[in-house]
Amino acid sequence: MSLDTVQSAQTTPDRIQPFAELGLKPEEYARIREILGRRPTSSELAMYSVMWSEHCSYKSSKVHLRQFGEKAPHSDALLVGIGENAGVVDVGQGYAVTFKIESHNHPSFVEPYQGAATGVGGIVRDILTMGARPIAVMDPLRFGPADAPDTRRVLPGVVAGIGGYGNCLGLPNIGGEIVFDETYAGNPLVNALCIGVMRHEQIKLAKASGAGNLVVLFGARTGGDGIGGVSVLASETFGADGPAKRPSVQVGDPFAEKVLIECSLEIFAEDLVVGIQDLGGAGLSCATSELASAGTGGMLVALDDVPLRDPSLSPEEILMSESQERMCAIVEPSKIARFLEICQKWDVTATVIGEVTDGNRLVITWHGEVIVEVPPRTVAHEGPVYNRPLAKPAYVDRVAREILELPLPSDSEALKEAIYKLISSPNMADKSWVTSQYDKYVQGNTIQSQPEDSGMIRIDEQTHLGVAVSTDANASWSYLNPYEGAKLALAEAARNIATAGARPLAVTNCLNFGSPEDPGVMWQFAETVRGLADGCLEMGLPVTGGNVSFYNQTGEVAILPTPIIGVLGVIQDVRARTPMSHSAGDLEIYLLGKTEQDFAGSEWAYLHHQRGGVAPTSDLKKEMRLIELLLEGQEIFEAAHDVSQGGVAVTMCEMVLRNKIGATINLVDDAAVALFSETPGRVIVVVDPRNSERLVELAKKFEIELTELGRTGGALLRINEIEIPLAELDLAYTSTFPRLFG
Amino acid sequence: MKVGVVTFPGSLDDRDAARAVRAVGIEAVALWHGDADLHGVDAVILPGGFSYGDYLRCGAISRFAPVMTTIMARAKEGMPLLGICNGFQILCESHLLPGALTRNHELHFLCRDQKLRIENNTSAWTSAFDAGQEIVIPLKNGEGSYQCDDATLESLEGEGQVVARYVGADPNGSRNLIAGITNAKRNIVGLMPHPEHAIDSLTGPTADGLPFFTSILTQMVGA
Repeated sequence: MSLDTVQSAQTTPDRIQPFAELGLKPEEYARIREILGRRPTSSELAMYSVMWSEHCSYKSSKVHLRQFGEKAPHSDALLVGIGENAGVVDVGQGYAVTFKIESHNHPSFVEPYQGAATGVGGIVRDILTMGARPIAVMDPLRFGPADAPDTRRVLPGVVAGIGGYGNCLGLPNIGGEIVFDETYAGNPLVNALCIGVMRHEQIKLAKASGAGNLVVLFGARTGGDGIGGVSVLASETFGADGPAKRPSVQVGDPFAEKVLIECSLEIFAEDLVVGIQDLGGAGLSCATSELASAGTGGMLVALDDVPLRDPSLSPEEILMSESQERMCAIVEPSKIARFLEICQKWDVTATVIGEVTDGNRLVITWHGEVIVEVPPRTVAHEGPVYNRPLAKPAYVDRVAREILELPLPSDSEALKEAIYKLISSPNMADKSWVTSQYDKYVQGNTIQSQPEDSGMIRIDEQTHLGVAVSTDANASWSYLNPYEGAKLALAEAARNIATAGARPLAVTNCLNFGSPEDPGVMWQFAETVRGLADGCLEMGLPVTGGNVSFYNQTGEVAILPTPIIGVLGVIQDVRARTPMSHSAGDLEIYLLGKTEQDFAGSEWAYLHHQRGGVAPTSDLKKEMRLIELLLEGQEIFEAAHDVSQGGVAVTMCEMVLRNKIGATINLVDDAAVALFSETPGRVIVVVDPRNSERLVELAKKFEIELTELGRTGGALLRINEIEIPLAELDLAYTSTFPRLFG
Repeated sequence: MKVGVVTFPGSLDDRDAARAVRAVGIEAVALWHGDADLHGVDAVILPGGFSYGDYLRCGAISRFAPVMTTIMARAKEGMPLLGICNGFQILCESHLLPGALTRNHELHFLCRDQKLRIENNTSAWTSAFDAGQEIVIPLKNGEGSYQCDDATLESLEGEGQVVARYVGADPNGSRNLIAGITNAKRNIVGLMPHPEHAIDSLTGPTADGLPFFTSILTQMVGA
């Protein structure tokens, strides 16, 4: 086929173009023609199709996501907000921390290893692009039933991919979650979070300004992998038939990324760039149009100067390729020599492919002929916006009326059996089969990692300043009530920060949903965003950025609405953090918060195949008082552990198994409710008996219910008359994953 | 008194190794793979990581780095040299130590707190331990299974060249549960687990890794 230039587009206005195959709707294609005043060239069509994909343009979610800005609480900590590659917050002492979470769900289903690996690679480059050194990663994951054959294909591949890539980058993996549910069977969720740190003055932005400045592409050469990843894979529902989509998955090379990180950090340290953008989804189309759009608007790129892995690639393919480990920088001519010298030191390929120009057009040439001439804002920031129809799905009221019929055992043997059943279930069981495949020690600053409530990283070795991050979601609650589900997930993530003694500071999110073209799914999404925005406003935590993943469904079946909420907190002295478990006997155990009959959406209900009922309602004012209590009383807590999925039963099991020191607890009310109910806003704390009076004072001051549960010590978990030997409990807890995935 | 820590492209634990060296009061000097000059260091550490992406075989490309030429010559003359994890793999590829590290027997990357027994406290890097002392330090690798032929194994065991052995459940299928070995002169040690990640109990499981670095301090002061 001959080259389709701007000139030929003008002379052949009626040429039939494959916009539908590229994922564009007829009205979107018509709008492109209107913007350009002619038909797009095939290269322009390629660019618009990937940039206007759901994944890149947020066209279905934008109208809702605005609430994060409109309802934003006042925060002195926010240095860079939504819209850049990642948000940045001030954590004190001149340090800025950036963190963000993204999805890589669809590629990870098609090709689990590479899908998950490049998910890590992508989020790490987002963090690097802000000017930060990446310091840790976390991975919230969702899979189909643990014993399903396809889960055995997907889970080990995803875990190996995350480990294979993250370990090779030298980033400690400090947390995440793994949850199994039928609705994820054909659509697993692989979300990846990265945290980075820099000094305030080192923050970099993605913009191209200053006519005459050079556009430099550096990192890996461009190949034919991942073409149309965002439009073909991430913005469509998987059907039973249709072409194999494997070629749309990118292939990662973590070594190339590691070298790119070190090279970039050396370049940043010498202040050699005006603006920088990584190449992720939509590749060069995204990087060039976003840089130009955020800058003064003009850019000239010679596409034939892009170094290629496969010389047969067409200009359209080069623009759409999502080959990994590439970055695009804007460099002043006076600094280019030093820039290229550093790249050479690290054996990183770097090529000047263009320059910033006056004017407001992004012009791309191919062997001297103009193949793209567009206003970059129309590609990058002024894509279509849909106010999609939404309607409360019929199931919501129906399930709310369902009366749960759950066994609530009362005799000791049945209670003991129930505890074993719960603790050995895939959702509750020990995850070290997974986490032992991740390096948690590299960089030497890991204070806490799985299975602690949050991951914690020291950022200054002299002052002991640190940050903690937790990600949480309870999709079963979001299914019953997406508005409350989002608030409860936010509260849980914040609580998981505070149990360690860190103060919650900022929020990121990855909103995983079914098809936005389904009004019921759109309602779940709108309710979730409203809940999260309201919750963040109430708790005074700004949303710094996030990611939306739609089309997570198989045929007609959407996944449970799964908003993964990440909260970042700051701790002034990591040496003083509170661990999740006691390391001595003869200490007193207390429950903070009140237990109600909350079984809707609980693990106990899930184990009995019941999804209905009414989800708990959040009380964020009380959650904030609980957080203040935990922070003010930090010095007296020997241990503090959040009570969430699995209730007090699972929390206590996790605590006694962590250091293999038992406990004796006495429950005066209905033991099954006390053990398995999942009322939010509860924490189990352990204090030295000398400090119990102080705890009572704190509970009174912050108006939080306080119940003494018992004492630590011994080789048993003793609950009323039930006696569970720790060795036996440990076996039940740790053998599930090796048995399933061994 | 200075200890050099080499950075290859893909090295990961280089800064951690330097931190551990400084923790015992020795100056750490960053060495670059492309620079054959050792900048006056008295001993060298080859850190963990995935040098050159572990392409071809772990350590196979790094062995040809300019800095290795000098290191190999100096080590043969007796300069203390410690290879940790990827560094151990490089030592084997360089034939400074016998044998090879292969894929873990369960075919997974494995990161865990590992109990070891120090079998030899006469090497440059283990003299601060008691013979038979048991320690816990992190183990984290995908290719940590130590393999060699029978004659080599017999010689290593017979000459007391096994410096550390895994205790408890076999982590990776190494012959005779070997976690680390030394050469006949006792100046070169290759170790699969990571002492640099166990210099305090805040960031590591224990501080059991410190004696590897105090050993070299004693060695250099005495020399």
